[in-house]
Amino acid sequence: MGTSTRMAVDRCLRLLTALAAVCIIGILAIILGIICHNGWEKLSWTFLTAAPSEGMTGGGVFPAIFGTAALVFIMTIFVAPAGVFVAIYFSEYADRSSWFYIISRQAVNNLAGVPSIVFGLFGLGFFVQFVGRGVDRAFYSGELHYGQPAIIWAALTMAVLTLPVVIVSVEEALQAVPRGYREASHALGSTKSQAIFRVVLPHAMPGVLTGSILAIGRAAGEVAPILFVGAAYYLPRIPGKFNDQFMHLGYHVFILSTQSPDVDATKPILYSTVFVLLALTFILNALAVFIRARMRMAQRSA
Amino acid sequence: MLSTAANSRSPIIRTEIKELPAVQKPEAPKNVRVAAKDFSFWYGSRQALRKISMDIYARNVTAIIGPSGCGKSTFLRSLNRMNDMIAGVRMEGEILLDGQNIISPDIDVVALRRNVGMVFQQPNPFPKSIFDNIAYGLRINKMIKNRADGEMSVQEALQHAAIWDEVKDRLHKSALSMSGGEQQRLCIARALAVRPQILLMDEPASALDPISTSKIEELIFRLKKDYTIVIVTHNMQQAARVSDHTAFFLQGELVEFGPTVQIFTNPRDKRTEDYITGRFG
Repeated sequence: MGTSTRMAVDRCLRLLTALAAVCIIGILAIILGIICHNGWEKLSWTFLTAAPSEGMTGGGVFPAIFGTAALVFIMTIFVAPAGVFVAIYFSEYADRSSWFYIISRQAVNNLAGVPSIVFGLFGLGFFVQFVGRGVDRAFYSGELHYGQPAIIWAALTMAVLTLPVVIVSVEEALQAVPRGYREASHALGSTKSQAIFRVVLPHAMPGVLTGSILAIGRAAGEVAPILFVGAAYYLPRIPGKFNDQFMHLGYHVFILSTQSPDVDATKPILYSTVFVLLALTFILNALAVFIRARMRMAQRSA
Repeated sequence: MLSTAANSRSPIIRTEIKELPAVQKPEAPKNVRVAAKDFSFWYGSRQALRKISMDIYARNVTAIIGPSGCGKSTFLRSLNRMNDMIAGVRMEGEILLDGQNIISPDIDVVALRRNVGMVFQQPNPFPKSIFDNIAYGLRINKMIKNRADGEMSVQEALQHAAIWDEVKDRLHKSALSMSGGEQQRLCIARALAVRPQILLMDEPASALDPISTSKIEELIFRLKKDYTIVIVTHNMQQAARVSDHTAFFLQGELVEFGPTVQIFTNPRDKRTEDYITGRFG
């Protein structure tokens, strides 16, 4: 091939790859454009603070917002410490050639690849029927309290689902802590746990927070795992106990788009609900970036 | 065992030494603080040290010189079992610290490392304040009884490392805001704060500019009144300037060990002579 042909191929490839990037931006712009355009008109303070009414054709989504927030909050309480502990084991203690490490590493990888609906079934079988019924038998003489779909079981199911996200990002953060810090701590006569909890983990804190927030972002958008373990079709009030059911924004979107008696009347509400859900996810992601940047800055200067 | 020579020192700084004497007189043999006997070391299947036997004298500066990969850092890091942090290492022989074999598997390495402090090649202050960097070692070793006591100990350590006057007005600023040379002297102060008996220095000035380097060397000279210092360096002038004894390592073997003056003026081994005259390395 002559030089000019090769140059032409080069230019074509450059154009092609740039075009692919434009497609991505285009698709996102179309999604956001439609949702913003249609979701904006129904959006109001009342929409954010009221319960659904008139057979889901009126009112707002407050119970769903509250339910989503409560769900991810309870989930974080479980998933953050568990994820941090697994990550510490992987990063600081595990012998990387041992069979136990290899098996547990594969377990985390496979957990990340399990379809989310399977987590829903797992949650129903394990948390609701096994743990929940067990609690009822042990403390309520078999009376039904916890052996039914509830926010606590949904949160635990979500925690299992998002565990790999937290483990991976915390582990990356731990690995990024300079070796010099560990060495300096050990050279001063610290035990391994002192080095981890006083030097390594504080330095990796931005990563821990990022991991938690990514997990929250993921959980806020997932619907399939909570279908069977606690999400309610319609609840005019907000959950007050751990064994209450709850509404969820993602599930509400599903209900509005498939179960509505009057599609045209529901449509504006559907758009607005999707808008709220998207906004929530974006805000959480932005928060993750912001917190990480702030903590990095604070670490450099303090 | 590891007695309290340094613990009983007064908080007052010693006399300033403005100029280093051009040539240090070889001093009379002193007590042996550390004695390596047929010490060998492996990284996996690769042998890094072969039957090293040498003595390190109390309140003396012992320099270890040699080309890259000769095992000098490995030997230094064996003295506080820092190599334990690497997987798959194996040791044979003995290293006696005040008569106790620190290579033995049942030694308390945490206590050992408190007694054998270490300063690294790259200054590695924690991303904390200057004060907290010094207080860290005191806190983890439960050496602070109360606030005033802690402040006193931090000040003492900084004075000991001759950096107090420079940092006393910014103790709560980040250690990372200091220059490289200041950071390294902070790391020395941090190591001194937990009152070790022996101080290991792994190329402590190789990442620093000449002025910071001379400050570190001046400090080493001053510290040997209270501490037994072992310094690894690839800079032969530095070894000649600061040390009383010098060991020359080559390919995992100790080629020659003796008073610094003798090693540099009248080496007994041809390989030592070739190295110090710059024929290789």
